[in-house]
Amino acid sequence: MVEIGLGHYLSVAAILFSIGMAGIFLNRKNVIVILMSIELMLLAVNINLVAFSQFLGDLTGQVFAFMVLTVAAAEAAVGLAILVAYFRNRGDIAVEDANLMKN
Amino acid sequence: MISIIETFVVLLPLFGSVFAMLISRAFSDRELGARAAQYLATGFMGVAAIFAWILFFDVTPAFGGEANPRTIYLFTWVASGDFVANWAVRLDTLSAVMLIVVNSVSFLVHMYSIGYMKDYGEQPRFFAYLSLFTFAMLTLVTADNLLQLFFGWEGVGLASYLLIGFWFKKKSANDAAIKAFVVNRVGDFGFALGIMCIFYVFKSIEFDVILDAVRSNAVVIPFGQSAGAPIHELTITFLGAQYHALTVIGLLLFIGAMGKSAQFILHTWLPDAMEGPTPVSALIHAATMVTAGVFLVCRMSVIYEYAPDAAMVVTLIGGITAFFAATVGLLQDDIKKIIAYSTCSQLGYMFFAAGVGAYDAAMFHLFTHAFFKALLFLGAGAVIIGMHHEQDIKKMGGVRDLMPFTHMLMLIGTLAITGFGIPSYYLFGAPFGFAGFVSKDVMIISAYEAALAGRPLAGFAMAIGVLAAAMTAFYSWRLIFLTFWGRSRAPEEIRKHPHAVPDAMMIPLVPLAIGAIVAGMAFYGDFVGKKAETFWDGALYFKSETHHAASADDHGASETAPQGAYAGEAGAEKAEGYDDHKTPLWVYMAPFIAMVLGLAASAFHYLRGDPLRPGLLRPGGMIYGFLKNAWYFDKIYDYIIVKPALLFGRFLWKTGDGKTIDGVGPDGVAAAVAAGARRIVKLQSGYVYHYAFAMLVGIALFVTFILLRAGGGQ
Repeated sequence: MVEIGLGHYLSVAAILFSIGMAGIFLNRKNVIVILMSIELMLLAVNINLVAFSQFLGDLTGQVFAFMVLTVAAAEAAVGLAILVAYFRNRGDIAVEDANLMKN
Repeated sequence: MISIIETFVVLLPLFGSVFAMLISRAFSDRELGARAAQYLATGFMGVAAIFAWILFFDVTPAFGGEANPRTIYLFTWVASGDFVANWAVRLDTLSAVMLIVVNSVSFLVHMYSIGYMKDYGEQPRFFAYLSLFTFAMLTLVTADNLLQLFFGWEGVGLASYLLIGFWFKKKSANDAAIKAFVVNRVGDFGFALGIMCIFYVFKSIEFDVILDAVRSNAVVIPFGQSAGAPIHELTITFLGAQYHALTVIGLLLFIGAMGKSAQFILHTWLPDAMEGPTPVSALIHAATMVTAGVFLVCRMSVIYEYAPDAAMVVTLIGGITAFFAATVGLLQDDIKKIIAYSTCSQLGYMFFAAGVGAYDAAMFHLFTHAFFKALLFLGAGAVIIGMHHEQDIKKMGGVRDLMPFTHMLMLIGTLAITGFGIPSYYLFGAPFGFAGFVSKDVMIISAYEAALAGRPLAGFAMAIGVLAAAMTAFYSWRLIFLTFWGRSRAPEEIRKHPHAVPDAMMIPLVPLAIGAIVAGMAFYGDFVGKKAETFWDGALYFKSETHHAASADDHGASETAPQGAYAGEAGAEKAEGYDDHKTPLWVYMAPFIAMVLGLAASAFHYLRGDPLRPGLLRPGGMIYGFLKNAWYFDKIYDYIIVKPALLFGRFLWKTGDGKTIDGVGPDGVAAAVAAGARRIVKLQSGYVYHYAFAMLVGIALFVTFILLRAGGGQ
């Protein structure tokens, strides 16, 4: 058996983060997927924080994780609200068409 | 007290110019403002004219007074090393004569303009320009150094430009103004070089210093030279060759005079200048400004006497101009152009008189010419107004009945310019005749005497003078016959209702007419008669000067003066004046007979039958075309100068400026920026995830960099 160490946690977090990133960049369809990907990336960060907190024996990291969770919840609420407003405006939430920033 | 007069005789017109413009703005009513401006400018000019006459009798020994030349220094204008130029009012006989000519004619023209400009509007601007011109002309004639003279010279050029182009909405007027300005620049280039040359040689530009040095044959050391030479023999390097210094100076100054006085080669601007309002033609392009060249040559007369080659060129150009302009005048149909060419021709007379050494005769003709030429021009202006702005004499005829008074005045002017008088008859010691008769005969007789004394080209000048006299008579009478006599060829409504000519236009003509009749006789004795040398009081060069110098200094002076031999001989005769009766009768009769022949030919053609029938010169013939087109000068200049200059300018504009400078500079930089931006803008997709990706990559690179550096550091 392999001892589960810090490296494993960090690897899982890195993998999760990468999946989240890929979700943002490769996604062509849906803004909701982007929101979910962001949640995924925040989770990866949380895992990092908790893993380091355990490894260094410092509780501050875990307190910080709770903070991130709170912010993530708030962010999800705001994000979904924007999404609804966006849908009302355009009748569509396809990412491909959301290039108004060009103009 | 007296120095106030001397200052104000020059400054009053300037005040008039400035205040005319200001006062017209002070009134809310345009009409009232215009009236205030013109009365103010005219009033100032009137006072200046009175001052000029007071000074004339104070400064000159005219009519038995005492000569009292002086110079009032107003301030130092430029002082830089050896170069000093003062602002001064130099009053000697020469400038006093110019003062009365300029101020009197200017005052009368101001007065005339009140009537002439009535229907045009814009009087404040017009009067401001007129007064400004007068001021510039006065600084020119009262200069005591060449720089102040040059200031006035350019000032009158500017005023002339403004006044020729007075109707600035008319393209032809603008073109004429630019032409006058540009042609004058050619002359001014020579003039400026002449001034520099004088400073180089004499280390001064003050008339007294220069002329005294030439008179006394002083040893001068040009700038940067270790050794000098007596000025009469000094040679200088000019354009890489050695030339006689005084000849170079004389020729360069004469180029300036040629431009201003519209002499052959540089004459083309004068006929075109008739685009300006008629009072302007009378004041600037007949009576005063164009005589500045003659004035300059007379002011520098001493130099020309010791530069016989330069004097010869003056004679040559003057003679050619007198002949050329007279031939062209024969066929002109525009009433103002006839008078313009006649001016050109008369200026030619003055120059050849100066060229043969009769500076007093040249100045005398300048003086009398101012009266009758202003009279002719102003009379022509009255005719033009009366005929509803018609200038073509072919469409006039019979104006005598409509404007009898103008007709009488024009007759006086014509009699004066053609030289009507009784040859070889003297009344109170002066020849009996109109002003032009007296002065023209004096010039022709001096040319004859100079020819006898062996002066080069003097015989040619005399022949030209007689020939031009015949042509002058022909075209002047042609103008009278076609305009005033015969049956009217004007349209019915003009004949029935000629435009009323205001009294303000007729009154100034009267003193001019009186001048045209008596100026010659009245001033003969002082200007060119027995008292001439006392009268001019050293302001002009007199041949007897060389004569006395030669006898006083034994052979020395006569050897150094190249023309000493003949100048001495002529001096002996000249000292007794022109009326010494030694000159054979035919010399007196020649110009008179020429005049009568010209008059007869003119009467023969224009008083019998249809005056418009073709004469000796058939329209379409070669000579006709040659004369009608003023010897094709404009065409030639157009071909060899204007067109290439335009092409060259176009090349510089399109290729030089447009393609090269703009192409590489502003336009090129702008194009490069735009092209670069077009490429960069493609990076902007507008998709949020692209920006996020860019940020992420950036952060990754940044972090990598920091980590690598931190790792490398340990």
